[in-house]
Amino acid sequence: MYDIDKYNEVHTLDEAKIYLKENPDAVIIAGGTDILIRLHKGKLSSAHLMGINRIEELKIIRKDESGDIHIGPLSTYTMLEESTVVPENIPCLSEAASFIGGPQIRNTATIGGNICNGAASADTAPVLMCLNVHLKIESAAGQRVIPISDFYIGPGKVVLKPGEILSDILIKEDDYKNYKGTFRKFAQREAMDISTLNCAVFVNVENNRFSDIRIAFGVAAPTPVRCSGAEKAALGLEVNRDNISFIGKAVLDDIKPRNSWRGSKAFRMQLAEVLTIRNLCRLTGLEE
Amino acid sequence: MTKQIKLTVNGKLKTVDVDIRLSLLELLRDTFNLTSVKQGCGAGECGACTVILDDITVDSCVYLALWADGKSVRTAESLSEGEKLSVMQEVFVDEGAVQCGFCTPGILMSATLMKESGKEFTRDEIKRSLSGHLCRCTGYQKIVDAVDKGLKK
Repeated sequence: MYDIDKYNEVHTLDEAKIYLKENPDAVIIAGGTDILIRLHKGKLSSAHLMGINRIEELKIIRKDESGDIHIGPLSTYTMLEESTVVPENIPCLSEAASFIGGPQIRNTATIGGNICNGAASADTAPVLMCLNVHLKIESAAGQRVIPISDFYIGPGKVVLKPGEILSDILIKEDDYKNYKGTFRKFAQREAMDISTLNCAVFVNVENNRFSDIRIAFGVAAPTPVRCSGAEKAALGLEVNRDNISFIGKAVLDDIKPRNSWRGSKAFRMQLAEVLTIRNLCRLTGLEE
Repeated sequence: MTKQIKLTVNGKLKTVDVDIRLSLLELLRDTFNLTSVKQGCGAGECGACTVILDDITVDSCVYLALWADGKSVRTAESLSEGEKLSVMQEVFVDEGAVQCGFCTPGILMSATLMKESGKEFTRDEIKRSLSGHLCRCTGYQKIVDAVDKGLKK
């Protein structure tokens, strides 16, 4: 049995906002694969939960008239893999989702939960960072839209205030249409494992030069991070193997990995360089 | 705190008062005596508690019992008809895919859903589809052999 004091299930976003206003202590539970495990391990106790996994309006993945893609935060990883919108437009997000847990976890765990629990290791986070995703946050008092780069504030900490709930994950057309993206996860086994390090890279190549490049990591800092220094240094460079090696080194100034039982800081630095190079080679068709 | 829920368990509609703190695993084992559903890790890692919920597999240990309200749950108890084993059960026996048996009911549920999907699976796809299950006895080869055979039968 889980250490749950109170449980209330809401069926609409409006109902959720009202409940959160009246019960600022309530913890939002979606797929449960994080909250229930925290309860199981005693990291959360006497919980007051607000269950949201029956809010149908938050399970929709769609492309609107302007070409922007909206991912409902209650979309499961299985939906990210199998819905037509995501694999057709942002295949690397489907790929990142496909590496998470195993099938049973992917059937229940949600992308919104992956973001809101603030885990530095979230496998979708580096892809979402490269996509410059915007998050719509609502409360009974109103709403705000913020870029994902402003969402994470520390390990397991995000900007959500009591009473607030994530209601939409927005990807603008300009942020995915002209890019080729790829994702790699390094973990000890191929399934059911948390990343030692993960890396997403998006590029736009024009006239054999990097006209835009976006690089992001998970588990390389207290939160998922974009490598703005390396991105600036790489802009306009000719696409060749030497420059890819240069970019692989440049990312190391943008990250601050730590030692943990999954891997040492030194190993993570090595992985960051190697995964950047491998991702760039895969995107440009050059030999590793 | 309890809540009344209605769910279908192995084809039979049940109405039951559930404690809000209960996992689906505990409801199935303790209330319905469906002991094929095993508690392994209790944290969604080993897959021993896998059941079919409507048309997906879930780890019943990281799933609240009250979330099953209005849904249909199937466990390994539903697979055979009396003495007659299902195709997947039969191939598990034929291929020697069972050793201690603790992981078997969960894997059978994933394999059953794969069979019912009517899709074809390569050997790699079978491995990926079973990646949410841990088995400490067989080394997996015979399980993959059995599922491969069952899917083609």
